[in-house]
Amino acid sequence: MADSLVPVLEAQERMETDKMWVIWGPQHPFSHGLWTLKLQIDGEFCIDADPIVGYLHRGWEKETENRDYARIIPMTDRLCYCASMTYSHLYCMTVEKALGIDIPEKAKYIRIVADEVCRIQSHLMWLAAVGTDMGNLTVFLWAMREREYFLDLNVKLCGARMTTNFPRIGGVRNDTTELFDRDILRAVDRFEKAMWDIIYLIDDSSVFVSRMRNISFLTREQCANMGLTGPAMRGCGVDFDIRRDDPYDNYDKVDFEVPVLNKDTKVGDSYDRYMIRIEEMFQSCDIIRQAVQKIRAIGKNAPYRIKTPTKVPAGSTFGRLEDPRGESIMYLVSDGTDKPYRLKVRSPIFTNVSCSKAMCKGVRIADVPAVLAQIDMCLGETDR
Amino acid sequence: MVVEYSSILDWIRFIDPNTNPYTPFLSDNLPYDICYGLWEILGGTLAWLVNLLFPNNVVSAWLIDERTAVMFALILFMLVIFIVAFVVVLLNLWMERKVLGRLMDRRGTMIGMKGFLQCVADGLKTFMKENTIPSKVDKMTYIWCVSLIVGLSCLVACMVPLSDRWYVVNYDTGLLIIMAFYALAPFFILVSGWAQNNKYSLIGGIRAAELMISYEVPMLIIIATVSLLAGSFNINDIVNLQDTVWLVIPMFLGFLVFFFCAIAECERPPFDIAEAETELVEGWQTEYAGMKWGLIMLADYLRGSVSCGMVAIMFLGGWTIPFIGGTALPEIVFLIKAWFVFFLMIIVRGAIARVRPDQILNLGWKVFMPLAVFNLAIAVFLKMGGIY
Amino acid sequence: MAEVYQSPSVEEIAKILPEQFPDVKIVETKERRVKATCPREISHDVCQFIHDNLTFEHCSVVTAVDRIDHMTVVYLLSNYYNGVMIDLDVDVPADDLHIACVTDIWQGANWHERETWELFGIVFDNHPRLERLLTPQSYEFFPFRKSYKMRSQE
Repeated sequence: MADSLVPVLEAQERMETDKMWVIWGPQHPFSHGLWTLKLQIDGEFCIDADPIVGYLHRGWEKETENRDYARIIPMTDRLCYCASMTYSHLYCMTVEKALGIDIPEKAKYIRIVADEVCRIQSHLMWLAAVGTDMGNLTVFLWAMREREYFLDLNVKLCGARMTTNFPRIGGVRNDTTELFDRDILRAVDRFEKAMWDIIYLIDDSSVFVSRMRNISFLTREQCANMGLTGPAMRGCGVDFDIRRDDPYDNYDKVDFEVPVLNKDTKVGDSYDRYMIRIEEMFQSCDIIRQAVQKIRAIGKNAPYRIKTPTKVPAGSTFGRLEDPRGESIMYLVSDGTDKPYRLKVRSPIFTNVSCSKAMCKGVRIADVPAVLAQIDMCLGETDR
Repeated sequence: MVVEYSSILDWIRFIDPNTNPYTPFLSDNLPYDICYGLWEILGGTLAWLVNLLFPNNVVSAWLIDERTAVMFALILFMLVIFIVAFVVVLLNLWMERKVLGRLMDRRGTMIGMKGFLQCVADGLKTFMKENTIPSKVDKMTYIWCVSLIVGLSCLVACMVPLSDRWYVVNYDTGLLIIMAFYALAPFFILVSGWAQNNKYSLIGGIRAAELMISYEVPMLIIIATVSLLAGSFNINDIVNLQDTVWLVIPMFLGFLVFFFCAIAECERPPFDIAEAETELVEGWQTEYAGMKWGLIMLADYLRGSVSCGMVAIMFLGGWTIPFIGGTALPEIVFLIKAWFVFFLMIIVRGAIARVRPDQILNLGWKVFMPLAVFNLAIAVFLKMGGIY
Repeated sequence: MAEVYQSPSVEEIAKILPEQFPDVKIVETKERRVKATCPREISHDVCQFIHDNLTFEHCSVVTAVDRIDHMTVVYLLSNYYNGVMIDLDVDVPADDLHIACVTDIWQGANWHERETWELFGIVFDNHPRLERLLTPQSYEFFPFRKSYKMRSQE
């Protein structure tokens, strides 16, 4: 009996399953934007991944060399169309550092409120994408319903839902109103209750959790070295948040916790990266409440914007901000005129997408959408 | 024997046609009687018209002859059965869109009779699309597979009886033959996945076939269990078994297992890896466009309504209500139960994410099959204990 | 072998770097920011020192500025323990656009260096894959150089 089995077993060992390259995109229903991912699969598992970006390259940085500093602000909105407030904020912060001016306290707190609303709204969009990738459209619609409340807040603050054009060099465009204070507190209260429906739907379902647990492990060393920033990095044990460790614009005067998982084990899976963003949304609610109180304490007639010179002295500076997706930096080289000499944008997703190779190794092909959904990509800022 | 009845009360008081001397029906098969009556009207009118022009001609005599009446009655009978099954499936589709919409905090389709005509319009739109066939596919297989999948699903949908007087043939092996035709579909899915000459479709076809075959095993074990309790495969016997208590109570495990296996067999979410859009475009349906795709979607919903019907027959008492026995319209009672099961399927779809292929196979072989066998053991104990 | 400082303060960095590498000039220091320049020959060694001994685990940006007679490659490196960032500027002469690549130190610099090459033309020696990333494969220009004028600038 054993003699007849040996040739069969030997043949199975010698047999090599075919490794084929599967191309995911660029025309793909759910690839979160226009990019291509080439996956080399061996049976059911991925052994290599090669992302190809650049379909949306607009030459943004070169275009800014042609415009006045104030006219670049609407362009910054279009970098990431889902989370536009943070890029405008980053740009204004960078130019203010180059000018060496300090903006009024009220403007700083209003910027905090706008940033955190943007963060919640961006994370809800991410949650909708995660639901769709897992095959459940209920999560998509519920998350989008919650997101509508925050987009309405954007409308009340500055008149536009997504490309807001709100921060200005020297402050913000307009003050908040009484009704805005009331509406934002209502929205935040409602959100904290309604969010639990979605959390129960996902966390109590072992189908969802088993699609995310024990898949795509990343160590702390890998994250720090590969440049993976943002909630994904904090899920793998890197305890760093720019709002707390390198604070800008009065974030040091606001009390909040930064959710970090796996500080001791230093290895994180897909579920940890998911959990961090959910926690961040609740922390943003806390920040919004404190900032609104501080705005009320400052009073109605305090200045929210100061006049700034149009010409920026020569030199180079950079500003750094915690985008909903990671660390974004703007590096400005100025030459004394009213147009920038060089403006470089570091988008977090640009580096996060390059890490998709390490995230997809050893993962089943059926899990690739779920894993990539944790990067929360928005191709506008990758390609610029 | 047919006796002239004097008022409608005579019929209402005695529902069972076999004991009611006043029954207006010829046999115990309601649609056949309706069609026979329809032909008597239609054929009689046509014969009378022709007779006006050519008195005493052969055609009129042939039209109202007994044997031609039976033949045309059977043709109309085919149409009636199919149309009823089709309308039930359309109502299933409509219910899914509305209920799933409400689950997601939106209204579902709203146009045309509260959204029902939207489903009809979508079907018409799919049928009117251009019939493109990719050049490198295996043409015979590609075209024939669609017909076979849809044809088999229609056949099975028509074979499910709606009550003890709405059936096609009263098989003694009714349940078994329905399952046998139901289980033929995975083979054609596999072949059609191969025929499309596309590596994604091939992967999708293999996945679909392995999923469906592995989920048929628990289903068959449960069918065997229920027939063991009833003593036969005849659907009438199985329904009459549940005149005191529905089988869902002693066989609750079997109900759950059969319900989830039915969801997997219909390729519905959460088990719809074969058509997972986010992964491999459309899986085994990638290269089908227009009418063929519409027919495949129809086949999905037909199989869905068949499995809901089977659950209603085997576990929810079919067309009877306990302790009341029969009612005036058992068809409606049966349909309400089948729609309730479908409602549960829709809620499961809305609440749960897609399960990964290896997890699905895990579930089928390592969880559902042992549970089905355990259920069989319970049934054996019940039978030995003399309860059934 | 110099010792490893886990979270060096700005003053410590301003002292240690010129000690270790005499050619490194500290241009200015601010709260949690250090700006330094160094010549091209030792840029890789300086980066290696900053990664190993000063534990700057994260390379945020690698980019370049076109100053017409020379180009400046800018490295922004950050420390995850105390939030300090070092801005390292390295001048590269315009007729010899080569510099050592730091992808072997920080994997995150891979795509940044690729992008800098395709937009400015600075060749990073020993880079594993110096191909076009954002612009089409058939593109022949280095678009972000000052010599490349857009239509609105003519």
